[in-house]
Amino acid sequence: MSARIGVVVFPGTNCEHDTVLAFERVGAAASLVWHTDERLDGFDALVLPGGFAHGDYLRPGAIARFSPVMGAVARFAAGGGPVLGICNGFQVLTEAGLLPGALVKNRGLRFVCAPARVRVDSDRSVLTARIEPGTELQIPVNHYSGSYVCDARTLAELRDAGRVVLRYVENPNGSVDDIAGITSPEGNVVGLMPHPERASDALVGSADGLPLLRAMVAAAAAVRAA
Amino acid sequence: MSTVPPSPEERPALHRALGLTDDELARIVEVLGRQPNELELALYGVMWSEHCSYKSSRRHLRRLPTAGDRVLVGPGENAGVIDAGDGIAVAIRIESHNHPSAIEPHQGAATGVGGILRDVFTMGARPLAVMDALFFGPPDDARQRWLVEGVVSGISSYGNSVGVPTVGGELTFDPCYAGNPLVNVLCLGALPVERLVLGRASGRGNLAVLLGSATGRDGIGGVSVLASAGFSGDAGDAKRPSVQVGDPFEEKRLIEACLALLDAGLVVGIQDLGGAGLACATSETAARGGVGMDVDVSSVPRREPGMVPWEVMTSESQERMLAIVTPEAWPAVEAVCRRWEVRASVVGTVSDGGEGEGRLRVRDAGAVVGEVPAASLALDAPVYDRPMRAPADLESLRADDPTTTEAPGDCGSELCSLLLDPSWVYRQYDHQLFLNTVVGPGGDAALLRLAGPGLPPSERGVAVTTDSAPRWCAVDPRLGVALVLAEAISNLACVGASPAAVVNCLNFGNPEHPEVMWQLSETVDGLADACRAFDLPVIGGNVSLYNETTGADISPTPVLGVLGLVERLRHRPPPPATSAGSTVVLLGARRAAGALGSVPGHPLAGSRWAVECRGRRHGTLPSLDLEAHARLTRLVASLVAEAVGETVGGTVAGAVGEAVGGGHGLLDGVHDVSGGGLAVALAEMAVAGGVGVEVRGIEGHAELFTELPSRVLVTTGRPGELLARAHAAGVPAEVLGTAGGDRLVVSGPASTLVDLSMAELSEAMAGSLAKRLEAA
Repeated sequence: MSARIGVVVFPGTNCEHDTVLAFERVGAAASLVWHTDERLDGFDALVLPGGFAHGDYLRPGAIARFSPVMGAVARFAAGGGPVLGICNGFQVLTEAGLLPGALVKNRGLRFVCAPARVRVDSDRSVLTARIEPGTELQIPVNHYSGSYVCDARTLAELRDAGRVVLRYVENPNGSVDDIAGITSPEGNVVGLMPHPERASDALVGSADGLPLLRAMVAAAAAVRAA
Repeated sequence: MSTVPPSPEERPALHRALGLTDDELARIVEVLGRQPNELELALYGVMWSEHCSYKSSRRHLRRLPTAGDRVLVGPGENAGVIDAGDGIAVAIRIESHNHPSAIEPHQGAATGVGGILRDVFTMGARPLAVMDALFFGPPDDARQRWLVEGVVSGISSYGNSVGVPTVGGELTFDPCYAGNPLVNVLCLGALPVERLVLGRASGRGNLAVLLGSATGRDGIGGVSVLASAGFSGDAGDAKRPSVQVGDPFEEKRLIEACLALLDAGLVVGIQDLGGAGLACATSETAARGGVGMDVDVSSVPRREPGMVPWEVMTSESQERMLAIVTPEAWPAVEAVCRRWEVRASVVGTVSDGGEGEGRLRVRDAGAVVGEVPAASLALDAPVYDRPMRAPADLESLRADDPTTTEAPGDCGSELCSLLLDPSWVYRQYDHQLFLNTVVGPGGDAALLRLAGPGLPPSERGVAVTTDSAPRWCAVDPRLGVALVLAEAISNLACVGASPAAVVNCLNFGNPEHPEVMWQLSETVDGLADACRAFDLPVIGGNVSLYNETTGADISPTPVLGVLGLVERLRHRPPPPATSAGSTVVLLGARRAAGALGSVPGHPLAGSRWAVECRGRRHGTLPSLDLEAHARLTRLVASLVAEAVGETVGGTVAGAVGEAVGGGHGLLDGVHDVSGGGLAVALAEMAVAGGVGVEVRGIEGHAELFTELPSRVLVTTGRPGELLARAHAAGVPAEVLGTAGGDRLVVSGPASTLVDLSMAELSEAMAGSLAKRLEAA
């Protein structure tokens, strides 16, 4: 049976259907989870997709961290379950303290929607497992607050432990150290600003996101088998 | 702000302050059989405004063809709808938000997006794509840059957040828009055919339910005071309170809640609240359904205290919908709205039509404070036959032709000045959501998979383009709009689509100027004739008048949105780009038909070169051969459709394709020849492909820059086969040169006309707009 992926939906999330479609393309069974649900039984992995969780008039994700589902997400992550935050999902994970640092407004103070070249920098995460470090992928970014920041000690930790999983080849937003995605110490919680689901079909421009999605599904399947 | 308008007895000019003429007041008295009270007068003021009633344009718009085999809903509803096949209907609508954007560009443009989305999801369609046609004065002064920045950020912040991709549009700079920019927004949505709903009320005793935001004082008089009058001096700043403020998060939840209500079959009818607010939504739904409506303003949730009934009825607060539901369905409606955190309040009930004359009765805590025939607000606005007159100097303007203007010393530098890269704009828009965008902004037309949440599976594609050419329409509105339609059809052909329907946004100056009414009438006739020739129905439209500043009208600016369909979308179409080694072929005539003597082979009237490089705005436009255009665009559409729909060796839509790239069909590249002529088309293809071009035998600057219609530039590896296809289709075709190297070289009979390196071209194009906009 295919791996079951829960896609968490806040009222202002807008990439949930795309995320479900992309994971179905790589053979997973994905379904939506409403933000007020407090139980996440039966899922092998969770994805927090892109969007504007509660409008994000305040800092992106600042309200979402208080949504009832987030307690269950934190427990799922603490139990070693694979959790992926894409774009707004990454912002929510940092606000919730499941990943360090923060996403601030882009350098230049403009929204940017464009293809971005990213390089896999570490294979020590559920999103990049078994992908050769150094591999370049073309995956779109689509954000206003995508500039990753953290303090020097955190940055050193991230670097030393191979927790920077993706770096921009050309930095589109001013992120420190060209960081596009990071992971937790155990490698099971990953956040990234680029949208791998938007690179899941050559018809719409790129299929480079598929290896990442497949890695995530493999991690989910491993949870299921365990 | 004063909240209580004095009664008509105290201030006889109240109706004028509300935008009504003395004759219109007399007509209201006749309809009611008495003097209206101030609330009633306010209702007529907004509903009989030019913006809501189309009173100056209505008698002209009737001449547009609206019928077609695919048409499910034509003009008059919130959006036009066509049957796209496979059980999917496509809804489309275009609307202006010009005046609000002129005085508060960010919120003006943002709420323009919000409004057009509501028009589309009102029909039961999920909004899937937005396009914007934007017109500003030259961005060389700070105010224009503020307007551009504000409008683009408004569209970006609202559209991105609400979750609808902005997949294309247009950007035009011309001095005539300096005091009155235009912001036209198009939205396309799709729905399972059976979910189609119309904005009408029915069933005595059914409930009128207001969904969404609380009602405030924002936007009062937006349609009358603001949208139906021109600008003069500093008056714009004083009108700022008439601009609404948008909340995309509220709209997002409203979209989801409304689609959920429609999916569950919980509503009888539904209508958005836009211009003229509750007054419009209640009277239009009642009038369309032949019923009456009782509304109690005390049940309307307020954003601020102290609002009086006329303010509640005419407020244009955003993100609100009016749903008609049966009393039995109300608890289920409440439950859906609770989930999406959308406020839902019963504000009225449907009442009897009674002798075909439903009444709109407005109550305040039960007491009747106003009562008028609903249809008199919605349908009985006066229709004006305003005087029309061709400009007195029309003949001399047409004789003042730039075609014989002296040739430039350096075609290359003038070409560079015509290159504009709009990516500064569209990089700020999410143009990819829903994973449908096969060709996005920057292409000839947007090409989307016809797919979305809740739609039946389909391999079809839908293409959409917005087009305009005020520089053509200023010279000859009748021929100009036909040329615009022809260009739109060419754009669709370049992505493999056959045209299916047209929507239009007619932006004009002050209708009280006879020349403006002449422009409007000529435009309608030109559009009607061209639509008939191409067998295209007009399924919706919007008219924006009073686009003037201190008496100076804008150039006539009809913006056309044209929808096209692709039977099978499996591969990306050939890009508007060169590829090394390809042969460059021009499909369409090299020179104007019958060119000899006084008819120039390469007319320059209305061309970007004449207007922008020479400041010559007049002359006689090239004629349009409708038959030849149809042959050309059918050929191009079928060549591209063969490539995008090819079955062999590719991926099947719905499955996953891992390889990007063409390789399908006869064409390597394809690009419409339009603004800036052959020169700009060649340069754009070279920059996009990163491969130079060498073209020989061009007769001179006129051939380089002419905007002669019905021409498409293609590149191919199999020129013999292509020329044979063109010959069989009755389309002229000529090899112009080859792609390769790293220069764009165009040689004439005696000398080289253009010789530019790819670096020079890229430098001229890349960041050209950003540099002008971000200049200190």
